[in-house]
Amino acid sequence: MKLLSKNVDKNADGDITLIPEEPEDLWHAYNLISEGDSVRGSTIRKVQTESSTGSSSSNRVRTVLTIKVESIDFDTQACKLRLKGRNIEENQYVKMGAYHTLDLEQNRKFTLYKPEWDSISLERVDTACDPTQSADLAAVIMQDGIAHVCLITSNMTLVRAKIDQNIPRKRKGNVSQHEKGLARFYESVMQAILRHINFDVVKCILLASPGFVKNQFMEFMIQEAVRTDNKVILDNKAKFMLVHASSGFKHSLREVLADPAVVSRVADTKAAGEVRALQAFYTLLQTEPARAFYGKRHVEKANEAQAIETLLISDKLFRCQDIVTRKQYVNLVDSVREFGGDVKIFSSMHVSGEQLDQLTGVAALLRFPITELEDESEDSESENEDEK
Amino acid sequence: MSRHRNVRSMNYSDEYDGYDDVYGHSVEDDYCVSPSVSILAEQFLFDRNKQHNISSYITEDDIVEEDETQEETPLPPSYKRPELSVLDATKLESCIEAIKNVVGDSIPESTLTENILKHNLNSEAALDAILATTSSNNASEKPAINQNNEDLLQGKKLTAKPAVPVLLSSPAVKVIPSATRSVIKGFDISGTDGDFLNTTVESPRSQSPFSGQTSPDIRRKDIKTVSSKSNTPRCQSPAVEQDNKSKLNSKKLDAISLFKNLRGDIKEQLHLVVVGHVDAGKSTLLGRLLCDLGQVSSKLLHKFQTESKKIGKQSFAYAWVLDETGEERERGITMDVGHSKFETATKTITLLDAPGHKDFIPNMIMGATQADVALLVVDATRGEFETGFDSGGQTREHALLLRSLGVSQLAVVINKLDTVDWSKDRYDEIVEKMRVFLKQAGFRDAVPFVPCSGLSGENLVSKSKEEGLIKWYNGPTLTEVIDQFKCPKRPVDQPFRFSVNDIYKGTGSGFCVSGHVETGMISTSDKVLVLPHNEVASVRGLQIDEMPVTNGFAGDHLVFTLTGIDQQIIAVGDLLCDPQHLVPVTTRFEAHIVIFAVAMPITRGLPVVMHHQSLVEPVVLKKLIAQLHKSSGEVIKKKPRCLPKNSSAIVEIETQRPICMELYRDVKQLGRIMLRVGGSTIAAGLVTKIY
Repeated sequence: MKLLSKNVDKNADGDITLIPEEPEDLWHAYNLISEGDSVRGSTIRKVQTESSTGSSSSNRVRTVLTIKVESIDFDTQACKLRLKGRNIEENQYVKMGAYHTLDLEQNRKFTLYKPEWDSISLERVDTACDPTQSADLAAVIMQDGIAHVCLITSNMTLVRAKIDQNIPRKRKGNVSQHEKGLARFYESVMQAILRHINFDVVKCILLASPGFVKNQFMEFMIQEAVRTDNKVILDNKAKFMLVHASSGFKHSLREVLADPAVVSRVADTKAAGEVRALQAFYTLLQTEPARAFYGKRHVEKANEAQAIETLLISDKLFRCQDIVTRKQYVNLVDSVREFGGDVKIFSSMHVSGEQLDQLTGVAALLRFPITELEDESEDSESENEDEK
Repeated sequence: MSRHRNVRSMNYSDEYDGYDDVYGHSVEDDYCVSPSVSILAEQFLFDRNKQHNISSYITEDDIVEEDETQEETPLPPSYKRPELSVLDATKLESCIEAIKNVVGDSIPESTLTENILKHNLNSEAALDAILATTSSNNASEKPAINQNNEDLLQGKKLTAKPAVPVLLSSPAVKVIPSATRSVIKGFDISGTDGDFLNTTVESPRSQSPFSGQTSPDIRRKDIKTVSSKSNTPRCQSPAVEQDNKSKLNSKKLDAISLFKNLRGDIKEQLHLVVVGHVDAGKSTLLGRLLCDLGQVSSKLLHKFQTESKKIGKQSFAYAWVLDETGEERERGITMDVGHSKFETATKTITLLDAPGHKDFIPNMIMGATQADVALLVVDATRGEFETGFDSGGQTREHALLLRSLGVSQLAVVINKLDTVDWSKDRYDEIVEKMRVFLKQAGFRDAVPFVPCSGLSGENLVSKSKEEGLIKWYNGPTLTEVIDQFKCPKRPVDQPFRFSVNDIYKGTGSGFCVSGHVETGMISTSDKVLVLPHNEVASVRGLQIDEMPVTNGFAGDHLVFTLTGIDQQIIAVGDLLCDPQHLVPVTTRFEAHIVIFAVAMPITRGLPVVMHHQSLVEPVVLKKLIAQLHKSSGEVIKKKPRCLPKNSSAIVEIETQRPICMELYRDVKQLGRIMLRVGGSTIAAGLVTKIY
């Protein structure tokens, strides 16, 4: 993302102009824009004109519109962001208050006006504009019959292809069907890799599976590449890395990213860091449950006691529709920082973030145990349930 | 509605043919029962299923009283001649012929067949039995059928009058189909009849028994019985009641008797899974066992020996009997479950050789779900037993898995004793450790321990001649131990359930689906419903161990040849079931889980892999509902924040796509689940509620 201008005053109201450059930048934009903000961008609108004789003609005009956002749609697979809202700046084509849907595209600038830029939003702008954070990683997680081809960017894990095929089992005296089925499966996985992974961008491809599936597949792929003289794979052979995973399902990616061999190679990707943080939380929950809290109410109580050492929070909570709730979370983050705590904002597009979402979206590791909270957990938990 | 009517009329026209002959009322009579009432449509649909049954009876022979009770079976299978071999079938034919010469056509063929089979194709004995029963039955049956006919006529008269006020007509309308059914079903009379009579008479509008019928829940057995009960009073007579009750008991067991007929005289079937830590020598032990029992030709064995020698793995020769893929042989480990078969003195054993490697536990679970009993193989070599037995070893995990999968009979094989010079001390040490552990794991019966050596074949089939062993051991050999396992009861009288384990292209048309029959029975040309996709397929053929059969029963490992369905639709882990008795399909259910020694506590939102029969599915623990006391089952804490290791809890589980589930109390085999995370089993559970 490129920052063109930033005009935020003391009261935190103001506008920022940005140019998204990568698909991931649209994800950042999706997290930045909330309902009630105004967005100014160039767009195409069909305009109907009526001539003096009464005949009407319609044509498409490119124009710059400013809308007040009412609803936001993000397509994770195609990385498209659509904003729907009312026009707030009349021009020659579009009347005041007319509805328009603005598509944010790559390499087209937009200006975002927010009545209040909070710390989370400003931080998001900074991270989005940081060019160093673009370690691209691909992972193929598989087991016999199931494979997921994923792209892992710093803020997103995108499942690009899911292969689910039936492989006949070995039977007495008939293993040919099994082997044929296996070959067919490997062929599909290989095609998916070729189609979805851009070897110029991706620095490392993790092949993860239980047992020997990964080795067999690697062998198959190299053989096929030699046979068909596929330069792309042969040249990038060194980028493949074999890792153990317990299953071929998507959530096994968490194990893969926690693998020490992987960590050393992709240490600074956000995904791996998040996995480690969540791991730490679970370990603490096992060993010292009074120091590991989750759920909004609990975490807020712990924050009042200035006990939070590390706060894990999902970015999904900041996308919430209700401004008051969002503010509560922003305040929570600010106050944790104020008291010297560490805040990790998880991307809900990563596997670890997905898991944190399921775990109410907010969790905290405490500096010291707070026991009384644990005792009263029963009633507060139920309230928590209601809030959700 | 119109579509329903089409279907209905189509079937009726066929099926009433025979029916009319007997009871002399026409199809039109039935139609004037205002078919526009939607409730009725449902009833008729429901009825059709039932009448489908009579039709098959009727076409066989003219209806005689005995026949009526035949229909009252737990399942609604139409009476078919029990499936027999060609030889037996011809014998049967000749017997029927001989008996018919004596008794004429007064006895239905089905009765004849049954009696003949009961007397092992001995026509004279069967004839005696038939004559004895008919003479006693005739007296009591005659009034019964008269009563029925009268009753039918009454019903007819009522409905034939279009001018009857709605209030009146509604109970009358109801009566017809059900009254006919009561004839069909053979008077399922019980003590509650009087009550039902009262309710129907006093509050015709409430129609309590029928409201249940109109619900889509037609699969529920109890509704059927209720509806028939409610009507029986109309044709109630003490004689009928007495007579039918006695016959009911015998006929209710139609599936069971068929099972006994077909399977009674052959050796009992037993599925045996062999588990244990990787490299405990499971495959070698089994390979050796099969060789010693003469199941493997010496030529084949010689081939394995030379080939394994060639790649420098001579000790794997026996394991190659079961490890057939190139990959397995090359790496020297079992990856998928190997199947084989042998016979002991009293039983036919289907062997399932499970992989021991940690990564292939999903396959092991699949094997264990099909098994009745298990052998746990442990390696006696110093150090090896300890690695397998300590936490993280598969000896422990496998034993726990077996227990949670409902395999309660287990024998422990202490293998490779030759590597420790047949030391008794070592044997005792292992036995002691295992015994304590197995007791904790919940194997209550005394678990037998067998010392042996798989590679040298000591104490497998015949008593060992090894000095070191016979000095201190004179217990049973492995085959004797296997022979002593008890066969579990086969739930053949429950609705048909079959879990799909493998799908492949067979020879000829259609494709093959192999798997395990959990409950019930199936015959060729039956229709089955594939769930959760909700597609109907018809059974072209059935095979057990490559041999075509005509019936499959609970507990069998069957291969179906299916037609009328695309191969792509069906997937491993699907269930085939009786189209009239559906399996619930859901994405959310509640389970009572027991948590094993886990490294990480279980919180809500934890993504886990669930194993359910042969299904492997990623699921999320949506909610932790309550933590329970491990032994008493009392609620300790509602909505716990996390579940520590070795605890017990009720949780809500959500799947991504719909899957088939049964409550544990309904079908035990289909109500068990395993939860695994990152290559270790974290919990086992029982399904308690399906949303």
